[in-house]
Amino acid sequence: MRIGVFVCWCGSNIAKTVDVEKVVEAAREMPGVVYATDYKYMCSEPGQNIIQDAIKEHKLDRIVVASCSPRLHEPTFQRCVEAAGLNPYMVEMANIREQCSWVHDRTPEATQHAIDLVRMAVAKVAKNEPLTRSRLGITRKALVIGGGVAGIQAALDIADAGYPVVLVERTPSIGGHMAQYDKTFPTLDCAACILTPKMVDCASHPLIEIWSYSEVEEVNGFVGNFEVKVRRRAKSVDESKCTGCGLCLEKCPVKDIPSEFDEGTGTRRAIYRPFPQSVPNKPVIDRDHCRYFQTGKCGVCQKICPVGAIDYEQQDQVVTEKFGAIVVATGFDVWRDERAMAQFGYGKYPDVISSLQFERLMNASGPTDGKIVRPSDGKTPRSIAFISCVGSRDEEHGYPYCSKVCCMYNAKQALLAKDKLHDVQTYVFYMDIRANGKGYEEFVRRTIEEYGANYIRGRVSRVYPDGDQLVVKGADTLLGRPLEVRVDLVVLATAMKPHDDAKELARKLGISTDQYDWFSEAHPKLRPVEVLTDGIYLAGACQYPKDIPDTVAQASGAASKVVGLFSKEAILSEAMTAYVNEDTCVGCGLCVEVCPFGAIELVEVVDREKSTRDNQVMKKVARVNEGVCKGCGTCAAACRSGSARLRGFDTKQILAEIDALADAALAGRQ
Amino acid sequence: MKYAYYPGCSLESTAREFGESTTLVAEALGIELVEIPDWNCCGATSGHALDHKLSIALPARTLGIAESMGLDVVAPCAACYNRMKSAEVAMKSDEALRSEINASLAKPYEGKITVRSALEVFTAPEVLKSVAENVRYPLRGLRPACYYGCLLLRPPRVVGFDDPEAPQRLDEAMRVVGAEPVEWYFKNECCGASLGISKSSITVKLTGDIISNAKKHGANCIVTVCPLCMTNLEMRQAAAGKMRGEDLTIPVFYFTELLGLAMEVPGIRKLFASHLVDVNSALDAIDQYQSMPAGVNS
Repeated sequence: MRIGVFVCWCGSNIAKTVDVEKVVEAAREMPGVVYATDYKYMCSEPGQNIIQDAIKEHKLDRIVVASCSPRLHEPTFQRCVEAAGLNPYMVEMANIREQCSWVHDRTPEATQHAIDLVRMAVAKVAKNEPLTRSRLGITRKALVIGGGVAGIQAALDIADAGYPVVLVERTPSIGGHMAQYDKTFPTLDCAACILTPKMVDCASHPLIEIWSYSEVEEVNGFVGNFEVKVRRRAKSVDESKCTGCGLCLEKCPVKDIPSEFDEGTGTRRAIYRPFPQSVPNKPVIDRDHCRYFQTGKCGVCQKICPVGAIDYEQQDQVVTEKFGAIVVATGFDVWRDERAMAQFGYGKYPDVISSLQFERLMNASGPTDGKIVRPSDGKTPRSIAFISCVGSRDEEHGYPYCSKVCCMYNAKQALLAKDKLHDVQTYVFYMDIRANGKGYEEFVRRTIEEYGANYIRGRVSRVYPDGDQLVVKGADTLLGRPLEVRVDLVVLATAMKPHDDAKELARKLGISTDQYDWFSEAHPKLRPVEVLTDGIYLAGACQYPKDIPDTVAQASGAASKVVGLFSKEAILSEAMTAYVNEDTCVGCGLCVEVCPFGAIELVEVVDREKSTRDNQVMKKVARVNEGVCKGCGTCAAACRSGSARLRGFDTKQILAEIDALADAALAGRQ
Repeated sequence: MKYAYYPGCSLESTAREFGESTTLVAEALGIELVEIPDWNCCGATSGHALDHKLSIALPARTLGIAESMGLDVVAPCAACYNRMKSAEVAMKSDEALRSEINASLAKPYEGKITVRSALEVFTAPEVLKSVAENVRYPLRGLRPACYYGCLLLRPPRVVGFDDPEAPQRLDEAMRVVGAEPVEWYFKNECCGASLGISKSSITVKLTGDIISNAKKHGANCIVTVCPLCMTNLEMRQAAAGKMRGEDLTIPVFYFTELLGLAMEVPGIRKLFASHLVDVNSALDAIDQYQSMPAGVNS
């Protein structure tokens, strides 16, 4: 055994606190060590050359690098020794920076601590064995969950690169929230004009299948090899026959259902498509409201349909399909907690509406054909108050975070309101104006300076009716005065929040969420589209409130990650994975429960053949799916019989480390 | 049911009716109130504006005495309640502060008892049930504007026994005694509080807004839970009416007076003599209904 120890200064990060030369001296005396040296930056090219040269010159077979946390540079040094002909798993790192120099002052104890860490790494590396990574195949087909602009963009980018995509959407049409908007800031492009062509592209793309009215039920497998169950809800309309003529939509007798797409500002029928440009453009029957499904009598749509597409007997179908990668693009919901908005009278006074409802009132395809009118009496408002941060930046009633887009759509709505109704006076109550995007600040200034919006810095404490108007009571904190404004319509910029069932989807996917249930990225700065589970990527506002440009950019980022994955020949599995000694495993299943990645399952194996009779004795044992295992070691720690082991962290290796530390302590730190 | 009773300064002076009606109604409902011996000022207004630690220490002393009695405290005055509850929460959540303040107290407060407002105590479901059973003079014809004021329900994370923005407990109590609370918008607006002394023009404006809104929604009286609100709402009616050019005359009651009135608790009616605004218009409105059979309403 010939161990080499390489101690890094990390510039002054380590050397300023730890006496590096003393560490090298001590290392030379450790069992098995035949060579030790130090260098200013061991991770640099000259540093790596020192290691590679020493391996050849001193015939080293095991390496200890005493430097920083293995999180960043373990792969660096693994590649370094592999190039010099060693198995990459014959390297151990002693973390003498984060766990030593950064937390100590320059004292003899700090140096001693570094020596102890090196001693442990030397003891461990002596027990290391070569490990190999296996090659796994890839199913080159992507699943995109969520058909808003994020999902649409990701699906198009992946398909354009030549890989098939299934786009799963919960509602009857793709389009998402963007399809509900009137115009988009700061360029005032009509949302439908820029979105519907993309929706149509999705529908006509030979490599994209749209599964609308469908939901993901179960996700199994691992990167490159996911197996996903999707429930395709019965639409009660045979899509192969339906021509989308729309006759049924006119004749359905149930017509008073509040339209989800119009945010309750309009109604829909029981057989419906969310909006005229829906994709797919074929209706579905909402069985909870359909008279035929509720009472057994009606059948008008079936009688009227010229092609016989109505099929009341249709059943939900649960489809299982293999995918290599998953893009999660499930978006956001709008905060609608009426009780928490009692001071604004939301849900109580009809002329207090949400910004999304206001979008529908402005939209030419909305319930008022784009005319801005008061929901209470249909009159044109002469004054409108926009209240920002409703539920955002408000720990008392809603969420502490900023919803990021409200300042901009407030400005947009105030501008468009003035554009449509020349005599209207608009007021915008704000805390701060957060207009940090390309052309955003200029846009807000335009709303204020050219479109005469009255921006008032201050919170609103109460909205209450007086006559047929609403009184908005608040404060102007720039003037330091309480303030009351009488208006005809109040628009609340309600917070963006995760879907109520976001946590449920995260559980199915085995990914994590933050304290609000937004999906968590792998690294907030350097891995913003990945999650900690390989092969699953995030796009859009399911991660955190985002505007359209950021959403589209991230969707393309997620798509390029998928395409990058699919362009590999094979995936290399993790080498430091858990395994189970099936001879000693008693099949208690504890490891199955504790595994955070769902990588372990119980399987039935032949325990022994009985010689006297011709049957076999079976038993249950745990088996690790090495493609899914991340090598966290939870199972190895939990296993009562010591059957679950972790490669690279075997019991004998850990005990060798502890022994080395204990021996040094017993020897009075010799 | 037994509570340590904290009257505070106002319930023995300007708000004597609130103090007396509280003890009378409690007695009628079989709730025993034991006055905390040697209680001290809660520190409202000046104390808590000047020194944060003093603002906790003052109520903590009284809470310590109550804790030695082994009783939860009822503090009817909204300001007293707010100060004592704030002190309770601070003492319970901040261990360092608790030991620092307790070091200077003869009877330390360890957070074993809690503080309740009179509204909280009298509108607890079982108490309200007992009120309902004891109603002998239903207040039909009375259309109170239930006014909670600003202190009783804020900050919600400290007090929080009712919805801070759309409170209901007082309305519910009024319905139980036969009154019909009006729907109005200024239930928890500020009355101007102690600005009545230093800058009365603000108080006149704010109380004017409140009374005007109550009257506009058909109230024939205002019912309150706070001595300072009572003072402002009664005293500023004339000036506010002049300022707005409206008749803002309206009787104002403590909610305990109305509970006692409905239960015909002896001694309640004579408290009305010390009101600054004549309450007879409200009592007449009730009397008009007394001769009518039940079920006839406005």
